[in-house]
Amino acid sequence: MLAVRVMQEQGIHVEGINFFTGFCVEGHTHAIRKKDQKKPKRNNALWCAEQLGIKLHIIDIIDEYKQVVFNPKHGYGANLNPCLDCKVFMVKKAKEWMQEHDFDFVISGEVVGQRPMSQRKDTMPVVQRESGIDDLLLRPLSGKNLPPTLPEREGWISRDGLYDFSGRSRKPQMALAKQFGFEDYAQPAGGCCFLTDAQYSVKLADLWNSRGSKEYELDDIMLLKVGRHIRPAKHFKLIVAREEGESNFLKGYKKQYPHMRCTSHGGPLTLIDGELSEDELQQAARIVARYSQGKNTPQVELEYVTTTGEVTPMSVEPMPPAEIPREWVL
Amino acid sequence: MSRERLDCHRLLCPMPVIKTQDRIATMQPGDELEVVCTDPGALNDIPAWSRINGHQVLESTTRDDEYIVVVRVCEE
Ligand code: SF4
Repeated sequence: MLAVRVMQEQGIHVEGINFFTGFCVEGHTHAIRKKDQKKPKRNNALWCAEQLGIKLHIIDIIDEYKQVVFNPKHGYGANLNPCLDCKVFMVKKAKEWMQEHDFDFVISGEVVGQRPMSQRKDTMPVVQRESGIDDLLLRPLSGKNLPPTLPEREGWISRDGLYDFSGRSRKPQMALAKQFGFEDYAQPAGGCCFLTDAQYSVKLADLWNSRGSKEYELDDIMLLKVGRHIRPAKHFKLIVAREEGESNFLKGYKKQYPHMRCTSHGGPLTLIDGELSEDELQQAARIVARYSQGKNTPQVELEYVTTTGEVTPMSVEPMPPAEIPREWVL
Repeated sequence: MSRERLDCHRLLCPMPVIKTQDRIATMQPGDELEVVCTDPGALNDIPAWSRINGHQVLESTTRDDEYIVVVRVCEE
């Protein structure tokens, strides 16, 4: 937001590009979980664009992005976040967009030294080189700390109007935001996507491990954001809703996955991912019963429903928590 | 002038916005697009997207579990 305003101050016409990888921490999670519904359900990128008075183009890169997640040349960060490769990829896409739409250069709000992996002084040139953007990428907030870019050398913009922010402190940004009159200025301090989340990464790694290869579809990575994931065996797992909002969301997948629901007590909707034997179905039902309101009763009634809607009634004893090994819960 | 319908059932934001944006790019000024979604976030996001891109929201309603936004395509 700040970088855009800095450019606007110099009379530059700016439009925004927002890439959607499927892992973005945005609307979905709010839409799914009931407890989050007090928060405004706004899309941050759209909101920022509106404050700035610029157009915003949201681009779906879900499929192309898979290669970045599967094989990051520069490796992963603390979790499964391939930040450096991700930046290279996005800047490359931004360059393509710039060329297709007759724009002159690309800006980003990065600050030297702000993030451990992708915003170090030594990794910033990597992004420029590998994305092919070279000196057409300008970082207005740190511009004075970086070599002059083409827009500066050509006099399209003035270097004097750039800033020299660096390091992890966000104080100078906050001060500038205030100066620009941005009241609700909130940049995420951590990552902007689920790949930086430790628990999410465990679930993604588990998904790959159980399938024997790194692959995913949009539905897979959406489901990893929802519910408790319990894997009693390599070939199947249960996705147990944690509250009503999640139950409603999981209902949308009833035609893709068989599910279980409690009939004798209140309980979460549970999707079943994998092929189960009779014994395993019993085991699954006992786990589902454990998360129902009948967990302390001797018997819980459930229904197992296939993707075509065939219903099998079941009656099981809830599994005591001690029988659910910790490793099962992802 | 034509009116088209875009089915965004089960899609979570920002997918309905992306689909709306991509469909509108193929339409003419004056045309109308009715977007039918199941993610309530669309009621905020599609109007926000329309405002910043200069299109007009004619209607935004909730019907059972569906959220419907009608956008008129304007000259960009
Ligand atoms: S945190 Fe940001 S830079 Fe890192 S992988 Fe996610 S989207 Fe890419």
